[in-house]
Amino acid sequence: MSLSRRSILKGAATTAALSVAPMIMGASHGKPKVVVVGGGAGGATVARYLAKDSKGALDVTLIEPTRTYFSCFFSNLYLGGFRTLESLGHTYGKLASEYGINVVHDWAVGVDRDKKTVSLAGGASLPYDRLVLSPGIDFVDGSVPGWDLSHQNRMPHAYKGGSQTELLKAQVEAMRPGGVFAMVAPPNPYRCPPGPYERVSMVAHMLKENNPKAKILIFDPKKKFSKQGLFQAGWENSYPGMIDWLDSEFTGALEEVRPHSMELVVGGEVTKADVVNVIPAMKAGRIAELAAITNDKGWAPVVPATLQSREDENIHVLGDSAHQGDMPKSGFSANSQAKVAANAIRGALTGSKVFPAKFANTCWSLIGTNNGVKVGAAYEATAEKIAKTSGFISQNGEDAALRKQTYEESIGWYAGISKDMFG
Amino acid sequence: MSVWTARIIKAVSLAVMLAVSPASGPVAASEIGDAKTGARLFQVCKACHRVGKEARNAVGPHLNGVFGRVAGSVEAFRYSEGLIRAGADGLIWTADSLDAYLENPKSLVSRTRMNFIGMPSAEDRSHVIAYLRDFSDKPSDIPEAEPTSTATDHALDPAILAIVGDPDYGEYLSGECLTCHQAGGLDEGIPAITGWPREDFVVAMHAYKKEIRAHPVMRMMAGRLSDEEIAGLAAYFEGLE
Ligand SMILES: Cc1cc2nc3c(=O)[nH]c(=O)nc-3n(C[C@H](O)[C@H](O)[C@H](O)COP(=O)(O)OP(=O)(O)OC[C@H]3O[C@@H](n4cnc5c(N)ncnc54)[C@H](O)[C@@H]3O)c2cc1C
Repeated sequence: MSLSRRSILKGAATTAALSVAPMIMGASHGKPKVVVVGGGAGGATVARYLAKDSKGALDVTLIEPTRTYFSCFFSNLYLGGFRTLESLGHTYGKLASEYGINVVHDWAVGVDRDKKTVSLAGGASLPYDRLVLSPGIDFVDGSVPGWDLSHQNRMPHAYKGGSQTELLKAQVEAMRPGGVFAMVAPPNPYRCPPGPYERVSMVAHMLKENNPKAKILIFDPKKKFSKQGLFQAGWENSYPGMIDWLDSEFTGALEEVRPHSMELVVGGEVTKADVVNVIPAMKAGRIAELAAITNDKGWAPVVPATLQSREDENIHVLGDSAHQGDMPKSGFSANSQAKVAANAIRGALTGSKVFPAKFANTCWSLIGTNNGVKVGAAYEATAEKIAKTSGFISQNGEDAALRKQTYEESIGWYAGISKDMFG
Repeated sequence: MSVWTARIIKAVSLAVMLAVSPASGPVAASEIGDAKTGARLFQVCKACHRVGKEARNAVGPHLNGVFGRVAGSVEAFRYSEGLIRAGADGLIWTADSLDAYLENPKSLVSRTRMNFIGMPSAEDRSHVIAYLRDFSDKPSDIPEAEPTSTATDHALDPAILAIVGDPDYGEYLSGECLTCHQAGGLDEGIPAITGWPREDFVVAMHAYKKEIRAHPVMRMMAGRLSDEEIAGLAAYFEGLE
């Protein structure tokens, strides 16, 4: 349905609802308007909760360019052959039909904070009372010398869902016997701290079955990484001798990658690889930058209890883009933040009761068949940041039954969070 | 169990009992029970459980060697999903966990098939546990094994159970649960919690809070919920179809 026809229909519904809904009116006429940019873990959840809980008192629009959201979460399991790509794809039909959300498939290309409007690539301009940005990540130009987005087909990042993941899998499958898979790991902070290492586990799982002499090299700018002990013990047990994790202190810094010759220059040495997975440094999705709410590191600082931008109280930033404190950039975190933000937005626009903010995160990773591990924490909002209050992590030496159960739990979580996002 | 170990244990038990309370007085939860009294009390359990030489699985699993055993791990016994989950989560039968289970099976294991309303007296439980210990050579043969005594009082304050939860608050808080548990009640990988009787929900959440139940995510989530918040969640989820 075109935007204009939808707007007219929505307008008609608004007039009818006005007389019954007790609410604090937004600056614009009619029902208070919330525009959500990005239909991922943060955006889809906040749109759904706003629409569901306000029971028609809010006009919710979701802007998302893709018609099918391919989640990054579980994309590594697809690489390892544990999931199909289709099982990671989700559409927006239910958000529109069951929750009355106005889903617009377009790019947001600008925010006018004074006029409180969002402009779209298609030319439309949408007014808002509150704007939610959950655009995920973009890459920092020049952070991996020699690599830019135009090289993502030769050296895929596979750090946004869908076609990139498919490409990386095809490349690994086509590796020559005994070939080299090299990963350039990202510096902190980045999306999904255990993600690169789960990916290595899954690539190793695939290679062990089809190409057992192949090698995996990880060039890491960090000195340590998430769940390091669990991953390294898992690699030792399941893929002995296949994986080398090389931190820059040991090898020297990565100087450049050469996509045309498939080479990496590290500490003065040239390494040739068959597949190179470049995961560059990250920053907030570009639209946050265009809204001029990002800091000098490229992330958008937020007020912990409400996820409001520190620059503009009418904008909330969720998920990977937000600079919030201790929470890792994960789908679980984005989903958790979305519920707190939805509650705060509804309170501000309709006068509904605002409950105290609570946040949580759990990240499951698969190391090999039926070998799942997890890490998680609870958080609360302080004045400065979202602060960790307690946490847990799987232990080395856990028995097989627990590891299997942890894996099965992660499948349950994937089904649960998908429902929570898309209805 | 060797005669010697048995004698030593009995002697030690007796010494402890004498030191702590007069032999005739009531036995508190933290003390070692009397296996003989336990044998008498075990009659109630016998409807389902066998113990002793040649004991076999019956309606419930046999209880030989129960101390130190991972929950749900007797071979050839068909356990409930809940018990298998609890075992994989790390539930091990110790004096403490057995005490909690005997007091109210559901506090420890959701949807257990152990259809037993529970043994409210801490003293009775300690006797039964002492009796079971006689058939559990694992702890009793090892001098440093944990004692049969039950150190913790697991009972949930009736005032907590009596709190009437606000389902609206529960609905807001449920957002935290619904990242993993499905409102529609799907029970794969992550157990369903919709339509759960209010009291069972409250008892289970407090068991996580007190760290009697093992699952680390749930310990973390429950650990920071107030009594009112748990009551609110219970009220909300009970009403979900
Ligand atoms: C390999 C890998 C494995 C992972 N595994 C896990 C895991 O197991 N568990 C976990 O919790 N997390 C995991 N994550 C992290 C998780 O994917 C992200 O943290 C999460 O998706 C962040 O949510 P978000 O809403 O910020 O962004 P996203 O989910 O990326 O959503 C952003 C959306 O915004 C849209 N968008 C961007 N710009 C615009 C614009 N200008 N206009 C309109 N729309 C726009 C995009 O199309 C996208 O759909 C993993 C990530 C990777 C890469």
